[in-house]
Amino acid sequence: MSADFLYGIEVVINGLMAGVLYALVALGFVLIYKASGIFNYAQGVMALFSALTLAGIMSGQVPFAHLINAIFGTDIHYFGWNVPVLAAIILTLIVMVIFAWCVQRFVFRHLVGQEPIILFMATIGLAYFLEGVGDLMWGSDIKTLNVGLPQGGSRFVEDATAGLGGDDFFGFFIDKLDMVATVVAIILVAGLIAFSQYTKQGRAMRAVADDHQAALSVGISLNFIWVLVWSLAGLVALVAGIMWGAKSGVQFSLSLIALKALPVLMLGGFTSIPGAIVGGLIIGVGEKLFEYLIGAPYLGGATENWFAYVLALLFLVFRPQGLFGERIIERV
Amino acid sequence: MLYREAGDFKTTYVADNQTFPLKLDRIGFWVTMAVAWLVIPFVINDYWASSLLVPFLIYAIAAIGLNILTGYCGQVSLGTGGFMAVGAYACYKLMTSFPDVNIMIHIVLAGGITAMVGAAFGLPSLRIKGFYLAVATLAAQFFLVWLFNKVSWFYNYSASGQISAPERLVAGVAVTGPSTPAWAQYLICLFFVTVCAIIARNLTRGTLGRSWMAIRDMDIAAEIIGVNPLKAKLTAFAVSSFFVGIAGALFFAVYLGAVEVGEAFGIQKSFLVLFMIIIGGLGSIFGSFAGAAFLVLLPVALKWIGVDVMGWPTDLVAHFQLVIVGALIMFFLIKEPHGLAQLWRLAKEKLRLWPFPH
Repeated sequence: MSADFLYGIEVVINGLMAGVLYALVALGFVLIYKASGIFNYAQGVMALFSALTLAGIMSGQVPFAHLINAIFGTDIHYFGWNVPVLAAIILTLIVMVIFAWCVQRFVFRHLVGQEPIILFMATIGLAYFLEGVGDLMWGSDIKTLNVGLPQGGSRFVEDATAGLGGDDFFGFFIDKLDMVATVVAIILVAGLIAFSQYTKQGRAMRAVADDHQAALSVGISLNFIWVLVWSLAGLVALVAGIMWGAKSGVQFSLSLIALKALPVLMLGGFTSIPGAIVGGLIIGVGEKLFEYLIGAPYLGGATENWFAYVLALLFLVFRPQGLFGERIIERV
Repeated sequence: MLYREAGDFKTTYVADNQTFPLKLDRIGFWVTMAVAWLVIPFVINDYWASSLLVPFLIYAIAAIGLNILTGYCGQVSLGTGGFMAVGAYACYKLMTSFPDVNIMIHIVLAGGITAMVGAAFGLPSLRIKGFYLAVATLAAQFFLVWLFNKVSWFYNYSASGQISAPERLVAGVAVTGPSTPAWAQYLICLFFVTVCAIIARNLTRGTLGRSWMAIRDMDIAAEIIGVNPLKAKLTAFAVSSFFVGIAGALFFAVYLGAVEVGEAFGIQKSFLVLFMIIIGGLGSIFGSFAGAAFLVLLPVALKWIGVDVMGWPTDLVAHFQLVIVGALIMFFLIKEPHGLAQLWRLAKEKLRLWPFPH
């Protein structure tokens, strides 16, 4: 096999891995959208916020340290302890559940029955709010998040595949972290499916997704389910935040991956968990291949910024509900 | 008592159809115009022009443009920054290619070019709607910014990748370039704001505006009663982009002077203009002004309170600004979806009866 072809395959594999990470963010969107009809723009900022919180708790930072220092003229920054990873993750989850409750109680409870686009704009406001709170709590400097995930390329894969090509081919370069992310994503999706199929709360969640009023009439508490769904979205955001944070540091650009998840969803359909995953993979592979084959040689590179959107845009013109979405039926 | 319509009779259809039906409103309008045109140019200084008045006027044009699309026609767009960039780069190319033509004509032409680009990106709106469309307009935002970054023809092959406005004169006074006096900057922006606002106000209460509102309120029903959705949506995109393009051209040529596309016209700009119309009031020309004024004033006021009065570090104040803007957006969407414009309307209702409400 020629080396060029093998490089192409490597691009595809790396695209698949990147797609898994997009799909992780997209999953959070789908969860909330199915249960409450809210298109949650803030999902990416939730990932950023959870990663910030995790990094902050682990390094023993004092929350709102800058604010406290500015008001009282003190000079505190750290408690002076390090929290073990597992405890920090649990604490972060608690923070995300509290956040979910607040969002439900103070914002979206008051917006029930509004048009979807109003809800969407409210989540843009929520994204700004949460970003500001995250910066106030933990400071805006770039943090490293080290939860003990492996880093760097995998020697094993590289050695095992080096023999495939000629002398100028050195094997596939695949990031270990991406492999871990893939495994985690599979576990997460399996867990979510099991939760929604086999537990009481999961079934209630699906009932709410099907029909709010029917669910209410059989005694399901909408408020509880919505808090639950936002908490689950917080969990997914935390996982995505850990993966992206470990990959490129915890910083503001993390919240921009949320934007990348939007075309993923448009491709896969807003209401389908498998759709989110397939859409993520298509976008991941598509943008890497486009950059490799057309973008870098002919268009001057950096096409990854817009390729996903244009692909989704073209796709939508022909199939507005996405690959796996439910058919859009409109009534006057 | 203070604000009343008693004795304000109309005897002709022309009088009934005027923009401001109440005499008090008309007086208020002319007083505002007089102050804006005859007083402020003589007292303005560099600080007021560059930090408050000029950005306010330019954002007001952009907000009017987006309000036509989002507030009147119901199509949410997140591509405002990209369309402003089209206006800026079109203006730059025109300015450098035809240096003898008056800059005012260039700015209008830049708006026209943006209108065409906007209509092209509006085509998907015929198939998709709601936040699907919002995401589709993100494609415009990212693609256009990338385009202006990568294709060096757009920035005349300059080494830095920036565009900077050469000096151009209107009636013998520089309006672009580093030696522009503050009052000239202000006046050229004020001129365009006035013209745009009058055009927008009259478009929105005519046939075209009514067809936009019909599409916004329920597109299928509008189609059934005979509104052509193709025409309504594409004209909304074109007119909206025209205003946004003018705002972009002014933002580059008059206000900033030199622009790097990703920084000046990034996604944050799209959100800023969207927030202006949410806070100001969707579907209201006055709301566009109110929202633009609010969001231009807010950072300045916060910086003054936080940094100068309280003595806090600037980054802390910047974080607070995010929190406050986000909270305000949610607050307005929950409590008053029609924004400051509706609050103003309510205040006027109250004033009619004040001080004897019974």
